[in-house]
Parts: sequence; structure tokens; C-alpha cells
Amino acid sequence: MATGVNNIRLRKYPVGAGMILIWITGAIGLSIAVYRWIVGLRITNMSDNRPWGIWISFDMMSGIGLAAGAFSVAAIVYIFNIKKLYPIVRPTILTGFISYILAALTLLADLGLPQNIWHLIIYWNIHSPLFEIGWCVMAYTTVLLLEFSPVVFEALGWKAPLKLIRRITIPLVILGISLSTLHQSTLGTMLTALPYRIHPFWYSPLLPVYFFITAIAAGMAMTVFESYHSARTYQQNFELGIAAKITSWIPYVLGLYIIVKLVDVIVSGTYIYLIQDPWPTFMFLIEIMGGALLPALMFADRRIRNTKSGLIWAAFLTMGGLILNRFNSTLVFMKGDFYFPSAAEIAVSIGLTCLGIIMFDAAIRFLPMYPNPREKHNKQFVENANK
Amino acid sequence: MDLNRREFLKIAGAGLGSLVLPSINVSAAAITDNTENAHAMLYDANLCVGCRACQIACKKRAGLPYVTDENQMYEMPTDLDGDTWTLIKLYQENETFSYVKKQCMHCIAPACASVCPVAALEKTPEGPVVYHSYKCIGCRYCMTACPFDIPKYEWEEINPIIQKCDFCADLQTAGKQPACSAACPTGALISGTRGEMLEIAHYRINEHPDNYFNHVYGEEEVGGTSMLYITPVSYEKLGYPTLDSKPIPDITWPYMKAVPFVFFGMAGVMSAIYYWTHRNETAKEE
Repeated sequence: MATGVNNIRLRKYPVGAGMILIWITGAIGLSIAVYRWIVGLRITNMSDNRPWGIWISFDMMSGIGLAAGAFSVAAIVYIFNIKKLYPIVRPTILTGFISYILAALTLLADLGLPQNIWHLIIYWNIHSPLFEIGWCVMAYTTVLLLEFSPVVFEALGWKAPLKLIRRITIPLVILGISLSTLHQSTLGTMLTALPYRIHPFWYSPLLPVYFFITAIAAGMAMTVFESYHSARTYQQNFELGIAAKITSWIPYVLGLYIIVKLVDVIVSGTYIYLIQDPWPTFMFLIEIMGGALLPALMFADRRIRNTKSGLIWAAFLTMGGLILNRFNSTLVFMKGDFYFPSAAEIAVSIGLTCLGIIMFDAAIRFLPMYPNPREKHNKQFVENANK
Repeated sequence: MDLNRREFLKIAGAGLGSLVLPSINVSAAAITDNTENAHAMLYDANLCVGCRACQIACKKRAGLPYVTDENQMYEMPTDLDGDTWTLIKLYQENETFSYVKKQCMHCIAPACASVCPVAALEKTPEGPVVYHSYKCIGCRYCMTACPFDIPKYEWEEINPIIQKCDFCADLQTAGKQPACSAACPTGALISGTRGEMLEIAHYRINEHPDNYFNHVYGEEEVGGTSMLYITPVSYEKLGYPTLDSKPIPDITWPYMKAVPFVFFGMAGVMSAIYYWTHRNETAKEE
């Protein structure tokens, strides 16, 4: 078997109209991000009394939360030894890796002085949650790169590095789980420093725990959602059995979240706001009912879990619940001036998401992501699964 | 009882690592022990005549541009911003009125310095909270974390930095007063050590209890601040938030302290699970 770049070959999946639209949107978003580096943050609607906008709420807080599938699935397959889920490991790791690249790109757009981002490495402040997040994200992105690298080595036919990586897979996975536990929860810790800004419904000493739990649930939902859509796009068989298996754990995760949250609301006395503030109450109930309770019940029901539409809707609601939660706590019910994102901010957010889809698409076209029945790779895939 | 519950929740919330911690009882470092002798200022609203000499002195000292209208005529800024570190405002309601001076409070345990990921904000032992722009990455966490909404940003700049009062740290090191208190003609704004300032504040309130609202703002708020206020009206009306006496860095530090425990604890738990779930496979190979 020849090794090297020549070994990589293009899988000819059709390019649909949707993909062309995504290319255009991605290009627009990226050019606006470049424009922002030329002219500064004046093209955003952020202000002195609203220093964080949708780039933080959507791309950072929600994006990293939804990328939690990468470490959850890695834990399930490699640590809990449930091999049935092996076929979705690669796409999930890739999704996670891309999400973290996107978060870094957004950060480069959002930071006032993106050229100084490396200062995180030389100026330390161990008191800052953001310092910890920065380090964990840098380290975890490296871990994800290494976890994903076997796919690239396989495509290139490089045996030696492949062997090396295989040998350290388990330590890598464990390192990834530890780093993810830390930065997913620290995103919540970050908000505990804002007791006078966040509405009591979303402020709690348990914020780190909530952020961690909801990220696991939404991360697994995202995995199912993503594999359904890529199966449809790339004419793969959507493995309903695998999807139903992962999602069968989500009710426990979301159930834990709902119970702890309810006890918290009762014990801390936050429930008094249920009558006082109609809007936060409305959003809070939508978030808990529609974004946690309803999907938990849907995933708990075997009949719903084993139908495509039920599964995808429940996954969609879980992800929506996380996004709504991050928006409510960092934007909508955070004290500050009125804010609605500018067209530039929205374009960059959507454009970077499209860029993620483009990267995923490119990986699928160039790398052995799926066991393709028409290819010999399939055999190797099964071998890996049995390792 | 309430405190116990909160305490319990906080400890429970410190993450998985807190399970292995015997107790969490630390106050954030970076706080100076010697707060009595640190620099401080006292603003007495009853002595202030609203001349804004402090405002102008500040602009001059810090080299900040003046606000002008479209005809290049000088205007008064209406709030703190990237070009205005301090500002005199007037509150009026029927017969009662009060001036108020807005500026950085220079907290004893500043939230901004605690949350800054690159330690660009620093609480100096002398009192001032100073900003090192060369370290800043522009995350604006300090702006969000400040309970007084003090750090402002240069939104129009391509390479923006944070702007806020630095308590004339350089002048104070040279043994001089801050520019604003030096410029005050009526003695409404005086500077000295925090111990002296508190003494004077309480003395004035006790001497004329009818003229003052019975509370020194900044004595207890978020663990105490270097800027102290005594005014005739309640602080809420003057736009000063009602705050706990608990310093904000003390909220986040227990969680940050738990980080190594969570990291190694999680790694340990995962390794244990790995060996347990793979125990049969090793046996098979042998």
C-alpha cells in the first residue's frame, strides 16, 4: 500500500443546493470577521453596559456546550466499553474538534485585542475562571486533534504514527474527559462571579454543576442530530439502534438536572420570582419544560426513541434547551443596556457555523469517516471496533 | 439558617473535587491585609458644590480627551465612558438634592482583578487597582464582573483597551494626593488612609445625624472599597447598588481551588471504571 498524500482520494458525494448556500454564507461570515479585524468592534452593537453579545452567548457558551458530545461518547465507548457505539466515535470527535476550532475563531473576532490571545500562556491568574477555560480549551483542542489524527494517518497510510497514537488512546481519552469536566463546569463558574447581574432564576452556586450536566445531555443530543443529518446528506445508513442507545441515557442526565434545579429553586427561595417577574418566569418555564422535561420524557419513551422523527425532535429540543439556557443566563436576563445583535454579529455567528459544516463536509469527502460498504476500509473499521 | 443553606449549596457546587476536600475556607489572595493604612478617599456630598474641578483635573492628569459637540464646543459627559474616568452627577427630588461622584471604587478585593485571565488588572498593596494595558487581551470579563459598572471600553478603536480611574497611583507613590482630591476647593473630596477616612466619615455622621443618610457606602460593600461616600440621601437613589459584604473573589475562589481535585479525581474515577469494564479482556489475553 502506497503511503502519502496520493493515497487520499475523494469520495464523490453529490453537492446539493444547500451546500452551495452554506459555502456562500460561510464566505460572507468569514469576510465580515476579517472586516471586523480591520475596523474594530464598532460594527457590533455591544456597548459599555453590554460588553458581551451573541458571540459569547451563542458561539462560545452554546457552541462549547454542544461540543460536549465528543468527550461523552469517547467515555462511553473507550471507558465504559460499550463498543456498539464505535461507528459514531469518529464523526463525533470530528464535530467536537471543529466546534472548538470555531470557538477559537469566534474568540478571535470577539476579543478586543485578538493578537494578544497568547498572553494566556505567559501571564497567569489562577483566580480567573476564564484563565482556566482558556488553558483547558487549548489543551483539549490538542487532545481532540490527537484523537482524530488516526483517521488522517489511516488515509495517508502511515503505519508508525498510527500505532503510537493507538497505544496512548486510553490516556488521551481520560485526559480529554478531565479537561472537559473542568472547562464545561468552569463556564458556569465564570457566571458565579456575576451575582448582581444575572437573574436569580439563572444564578446559583450550583451553576458549574448545571453547565456540566446540561452539556453532557445536549452534547449527546447533538451527536444524534448531527449523525442523522450527515447520514442523510452522505447516503449512509442512519443507525437508529445506536442513536436510540445513546439517547436512552439522556433522561437520567436531564432528570438529575431537573431535580437538582427544582430543589435549588425551592431551597434558595428563588421561587418568589415566579410571581414577581412574568418574563423571566415565562422563559424559565419554557426552558425547563420544553428544553429539559419534554425531551427527557420523549427519550425515556421507547417507542418515540425508536422512531427517527421522535429522536430528532427530542434531540433538537435538548439542544434548544441548552442554547436557551446559555442565552437567558448570559444575555437576555443579564442586567445591562438593551442589546440586539448587529447584522455583522449575526453574519459572523451564522457564517462560522457554516464554516464548521464546510470543514465537516471536507473531512467526509477526503477522509475515511464512515464504514463504506463499497470500500475495503470497512474491514479495517470492524477490526478497530474489536480492538 | 439561610447562610447555612447557601454555604451548603456553594460547597456542593464546587464540583466533584469538593467531595474529596475536607473543607473550603479560603479568602482569595491578592487582598492586602493592611487595609487600614491603604490609600482611600472620602466624598462628602454635603460639602460638594458641583464645581466639577475634580472632573477637569482628572482629564488633565490622565490626558483624556474632552467631550465636544459638532461645533467643537465643550460638553459635559453624561456618564463614565472610555474618555471619562470620573464624573459629578446631581440627584434632585423636590427639596432634597445630592451631588455624587462616579469613579472606580478601588475595592479591597476587586472582582475585576480576580476574573482577569491575564492579570492585567492588579490590586496594589497601596490601594489603587491599576490596569496594565500591555497584558490585556480584550475579553471584557472585568466589565461584566464589576458590580459598580466601572471599567469602560474604547469601542471605536481598532486596538481598544479598558479605561478606568487608576487612583493616580503614580502620584500617590510620589507622596502626592490624587489629582481630583487635590483639585477639590471645598474639602468634599479628601484623601488619606482608609482608617482615617472611615473615622472622619463616622464622626461627621454622628455629629450631624440629620444631615446624613446613616451609612458609609464602601465600608462593607463587596468586602469594602477605597472610595467611601457619605451623602444626605439613600445610595440606591444615587445609582449605587445595594451589595453584600461578601467579596466577589471569595465566591469564585473555592471553585478555582477545586480545579486540581476535579482534574485528578475525574482521571482517577475514569481509570478505575476503565479497569473494571476491561477486567475480563485482560483475563482472556492471559
